[in-house]
Amino acid sequence: MSALVDTLRTTAEEALGLLERGDVSAAELHAAYLDAIGERDGELHAYLRTADYDGASGIPIALKDVISTKGLGTTAGSKILEHYVPVFDATVAARCRESGLSVLGKTNTDEFAMGSSTENSAFGPSRNPWDPSRVPGGSGGGTASAVSAGLAPWGLGSDTGGSIKQPSALCGNVGLRPTYGTVSRYGIVAFASSLDQVGPVAKTVRDTALLYRIVSGRDPSDSTTVELPEAVELPTADRLDGLRVGVPRQAMALEAIEPGVRAAFEHVLRLAEELGARVSECELPISYDYGMPCYYLIAPAEASSNLARYDGVRYGLRSEGETYRAMVERTRDDGFGDEPKRRIMLGTYALSAGYYDAYYGQAQRVRTLLVREHAAAFEDVEVIATPTSPTVAFPIGDKAADPLAMYACDLLTIPSCLAGLPGLSVPCGFSEGLPVGLQLLAPQFGENTLFRAGHALEQALDLDLVPERLR
Amino acid sequence: MTWEPVIGLEIHVQLKTRTKMFCRCLAGFGAGENTQTCPVCLGFPGALPVPNRIAIEWVVKLGLALGCEIAPRAVFARKNYFYPDLPKGYQISQYDLPSCINGKMVVPLLDGQHEVGIVRAHLEEDAAKNVHVGGRTGRIGGAEYTLVDYNRGGTPLVEIVTAPDIRSAEEARRFLQLLRQTIVELGISDAEMEKGTLRVDANVSVRPVGSDELRTRSEIKNMNSFTHIARGIDAEVARQVGVWESGGAVEQSTYDFDVASGTLTARRAKEEADDYRYFPDPDLVPVEPSDELVERMRAELPELPAARIARVAAALDHDRALVLVTGGLDQLWEETVAAGADGHAASNVIANQLVGLSVDPGAVNPAELARLVGARDRIPRAVFDEALAQVGAPAFSAEPYLAQEAVSDTSALEPIVDAVLAASPAQVEQFRGGKEGLLGFFVGQVMKETKGQADPRVVNELVRARLGVGLQSDT
Repeated sequence: MSALVDTLRTTAEEALGLLERGDVSAAELHAAYLDAIGERDGELHAYLRTADYDGASGIPIALKDVISTKGLGTTAGSKILEHYVPVFDATVAARCRESGLSVLGKTNTDEFAMGSSTENSAFGPSRNPWDPSRVPGGSGGGTASAVSAGLAPWGLGSDTGGSIKQPSALCGNVGLRPTYGTVSRYGIVAFASSLDQVGPVAKTVRDTALLYRIVSGRDPSDSTTVELPEAVELPTADRLDGLRVGVPRQAMALEAIEPGVRAAFEHVLRLAEELGARVSECELPISYDYGMPCYYLIAPAEASSNLARYDGVRYGLRSEGETYRAMVERTRDDGFGDEPKRRIMLGTYALSAGYYDAYYGQAQRVRTLLVREHAAAFEDVEVIATPTSPTVAFPIGDKAADPLAMYACDLLTIPSCLAGLPGLSVPCGFSEGLPVGLQLLAPQFGENTLFRAGHALEQALDLDLVPERLR
Repeated sequence: MTWEPVIGLEIHVQLKTRTKMFCRCLAGFGAGENTQTCPVCLGFPGALPVPNRIAIEWVVKLGLALGCEIAPRAVFARKNYFYPDLPKGYQISQYDLPSCINGKMVVPLLDGQHEVGIVRAHLEEDAAKNVHVGGRTGRIGGAEYTLVDYNRGGTPLVEIVTAPDIRSAEEARRFLQLLRQTIVELGISDAEMEKGTLRVDANVSVRPVGSDELRTRSEIKNMNSFTHIARGIDAEVARQVGVWESGGAVEQSTYDFDVASGTLTARRAKEEADDYRYFPDPDLVPVEPSDELVERMRAELPELPAARIARVAAALDHDRALVLVTGGLDQLWEETVAAGADGHAASNVIANQLVGLSVDPGAVNPAELARLVGARDRIPRAVFDEALAQVGAPAFSAEPYLAQEAVSDTSALEPIVDAVLAASPAQVEQFRGGKEGLLGFFVGQVMKETKGQADPRVVNELVRARLGVGLQSDT
């Protein structure tokens, strides 16, 4: 059956076309991807669990394992939820099902989405389809690896500080982190609530827009959501005439950006100008000096509270203890890996009496400055562009022992996350034979602008994004 | 040295909304364990809170009733701690930005009125219910195991915090009566201590009269009636005065009031202070009640007990007014007076007699009650009591009872008085010897002979006249 569909190259839009024309059935499509998973996922470990075809009418989708799926295990990459099966669907999962999408399975993630490589998954890392000795990025490395290797036409990830955009860049996919509040977080295993956003990962910008259209919009179960001010448009234009693009001077001054990444980025800027865009420098000084420290106070603080519910009382792992306290302590010690423990401790400290003002309070004030700084930059430009990741995919184990080096992977994605702004990562070339991602940022609710710009560049670049070794 | 108690109260009121504070589960008692639960109130991964609109309206309404400023922006925070009855590992509660601040309530006392400041009133969610099984302490530490019923978890609570303005256990009791009546009349809670829908903790310290210092306070918990609260406060005040007078110093501590023995038991001191790591809950947006909402709530306020007490007190006194209003009897009193009854007489009948007869004040026809009150001194006591017991019945009429005027005809009563005195020569002798208290005995005997039909005032005069004591003592 898999001969019917070339899962490596078929986009979601094309798969929908195949279904509409009756060339394949929904069951055949689902089976084709399960076949591909059977063939390649032994090596890649993109999936933690697959799901049988359940009668859905549409095309398949992969869901990151932080998205609650009724009756289908949801572990957030953690031992503490190893055997947890949700009794309810996350709103985004329900919206996918209502649109006829067929859930292929749950994809790997760093534990509680904390990480940039999937090496923090309690169930072992995923691998990059371009070079299996390298990481796919993280935390959403499972979804990115799956989409890149033809193990799903598209998927949903979650992004707190770069978990959609960075793996998309490292695996050669398009990934959108939407405006905060446009996609429901109901049923998403929480990491840092004021930053977590669900978003699509796909092979093309149009697929990304299509999936965003399905999952976005106000949800009565998430009081931080809003209705989109304008409908999602599928981009068609191949020109960028008059589009004002800003490149933050401070971002480009970062030494951490690899020369090959810088070259690919500069190439795509020139291409943008050829398509009619006006590229200029812009200023985001606070963002790159303080974004990272600010993030590593706010995100762990919220995480320390969000992860308190894993106490062994009602669900998930329970390690026996003589007393209630002993049971809770042992459960959490056995159930959490090093990274969640590290962040729980950081966050608990940042919120403690006597330290709150100096750490959490101060970080919130910096965050307000970041919001203002971005707003000021967007007075002169419509889109801000940077590389998505300072590096291409790095070897497994390279940064696993050095948390700060790992945190630096998100240097370029974090500031706009703190500001609640949408960001799109689009493949813009290669370095050392590995994909490089372009990050495009827009003001709140500027997704349509991002789709238009991303689509035009994607068309002009015309990259072959099937990993060479799989072609 | 004379000591003065300094008392502040923390009151938790469970709102009687249909559903819980942050989910759509039914709130309220009676269902099987853990049947009124959902992913939100069980703290499942990914579940999110959505505030109950009615609870937000009601806290605004309560704030207005307590004379508070309504915050244009209130924020729900997370109070973080581990306990099995707290499924998320934190309680959602307004913290540094509560919905209501700076109110006051005027409490009528025997010697006038006293203002008690309301520091704040805020919304929060209730914890679940733990049942500790086995062990002797009734606490989780010594229990064999603990069962948790999450039905109560997530029920909306309002916490009201008073300023340390209360100066006696009696004032605390009166304040609470008035507050409770206000809450009940707003229709936002049953506010019943025995059901736990009203819970009160008291912060108590003492200081020398005339001083305005605030000394170390202790907290008293687990008091389940207004009477126990007053007893608990009195016991703690006495204890603290004793400590200071013996040269010691009161240490900050928490006590449980033991109902059976009426004594206080200190809780084991904690080794370190609680650190709840409060921070704004990022899952919720600030509560920003519109002017329209606040005005709508203001318009819905009934005339409040405090205002009615002031009005009733002008005709009676504060004490009687407090009893009538906090007993929910003042409306009947006003209508009965309007129908022509004497204010004090009506107050005595309603507050002292009617209540004891379990008559529903709402079922009483005030015009008929006024006729009864007016005739109270004319008709036999037994007839009056019988009429009063029936006054709440449908289509009650005072007429047949009024017809049974007491026998005040002296010619009819004189022979009976003579017979009673003749039958009790020993008592007559003692009376004449100075034991004037026996007058009541003779009157009682006559009333008994007449089966309560005689007018006691007339009998009284007749007995005195017959015994030769004249009418010089004014009754």
